[in-house]
Amino acid sequence: MALTREQMAQRVARELEDGFYVNLGIGIPTLVANYIPDGMDVMLQSENGLLGMGRYPTEDEVDPDMINAGKQTVTARPGAAIFSSAESFAMIRGGHVDLTVLGAFEVDQNGNIASWMIPGKLIKGMGGAMDLVAGAENIICTMTHASKHGESKLLEQCNLPLTGAGCINRVLTDLAYLEIKDGAFILKERAPGVSVEEIVEKTAGKLIVPDHVPEMTFVEG
Amino acid sequence: MAGFDKRVSSYEEAMEGIESGMTVLAGGFGLCGIPENLIAEIKRRKVKDLTVVSNNCGVDGFGLGLLLEDRQIRKILASYVGENALFEQQMLNDEIEVVLTPQGSLAEKMRAGGAGIPAFFTATGYGTPIGEGKEVREFNGRPHILEEAITGDFAIVKGWKADRYGNVMYRHTAQNFNPMVATAGRITVVEVEEIVEPGDLEPSQIHTPGIYVDRLIQGSFEKRIEKRTVRS
Repeated sequence: MALTREQMAQRVARELEDGFYVNLGIGIPTLVANYIPDGMDVMLQSENGLLGMGRYPTEDEVDPDMINAGKQTVTARPGAAIFSSAESFAMIRGGHVDLTVLGAFEVDQNGNIASWMIPGKLIKGMGGAMDLVAGAENIICTMTHASKHGESKLLEQCNLPLTGAGCINRVLTDLAYLEIKDGAFILKERAPGVSVEEIVEKTAGKLIVPDHVPEMTFVEG
Repeated sequence: MAGFDKRVSSYEEAMEGIESGMTVLAGGFGLCGIPENLIAEIKRRKVKDLTVVSNNCGVDGFGLGLLLEDRQIRKILASYVGENALFEQQMLNDEIEVVLTPQGSLAEKMRAGGAGIPAFFTATGYGTPIGEGKEVREFNGRPHILEEAITGDFAIVKGWKADRYGNVMYRHTAQNFNPMVATAGRITVVEVEEIVEPGDLEPSQIHTPGIYVDRLIQGSFEKRIEKRTVRS
């Protein structure tokens, strides 16, 4: 079975470490915040200028001056810091954020990522995505492995205009967890019940399959 | 106005001198921390062919979206412009030129503009459509593109508190682009919720020192929320 969105978030959360500063993109990456292990302290960075994003507010706590990068109302947790956009991107571009999780349309075997623009469709903009992928050393891309029509999104070369060149080294899809190294995808784990053959079939880029590919496990509920 | 007193008495006076064809830098992220009354004054003045530099372009009927209604914006530099039907329509009709700019580069371009730095190299955008036609140079074995600074004829800023001398503090994440915008305008206009006496604000807590501020006005703000999200 392909992973659910929640399972993808759960799997990404296993890459968190105590004391990490983390930037989570919109969509599945946002859900990762729900699976931070107990006893682990992680500080969430929101690129509009908040380090230490807290929970969504109660009705009484809603404050129009307090939003996240998705423009949702949020709170600041104890120990948070708030600063300007230039400061925020200085920490992103300066490589100070420990882990960045973001979505993508396509990723290729050389670590290129396309996530912001589909020619012919309305282009809304890249927001902070180009800064995030260029600035972070440690990025996990979350995406579906193939389109609804079965076309692979893990490619030899991205077809869509890039968000960043050579900057992605880890990908979690609904079918597999992979690393990108030396011009190839390396299959590290597969989703429960998903065969290596299915992953091979749905990966258009160069794929290295080790002798043993462990199956991910998830706790029920 | 006397000495360092930056206060003006009306919004009309605050935006005096704005003309068609000028470049206006605006603070704000989404609808958070936008100079909503200064934008409304630009609408009232009916100036046209503006180049606007702002992370976003408001929503239909509020914020910079107001300036789309009478087609006052000819060109916009922004990182994300998706929340606005009128904007979409004008973009598809080629009535508005859009220069999409990575958010960090946009902030840094205005920071550089205000700091007298004409351009800078960044890895952001290399190998993407944003890097096309820009000078590339390698530093530490990695290619970077040359990005030029931005300055404007007018900078419009939303602050929280300021003293009469134009020392400004921002509130929470309403800070965002405002401090950089404030440095990069030939004329910088700041609207705030409260004006206090010099000495009332702690000097080390000032975000925008008064040297950057030319005009200051106290207003009242709707502070519309774009995506009200609450926990149950």
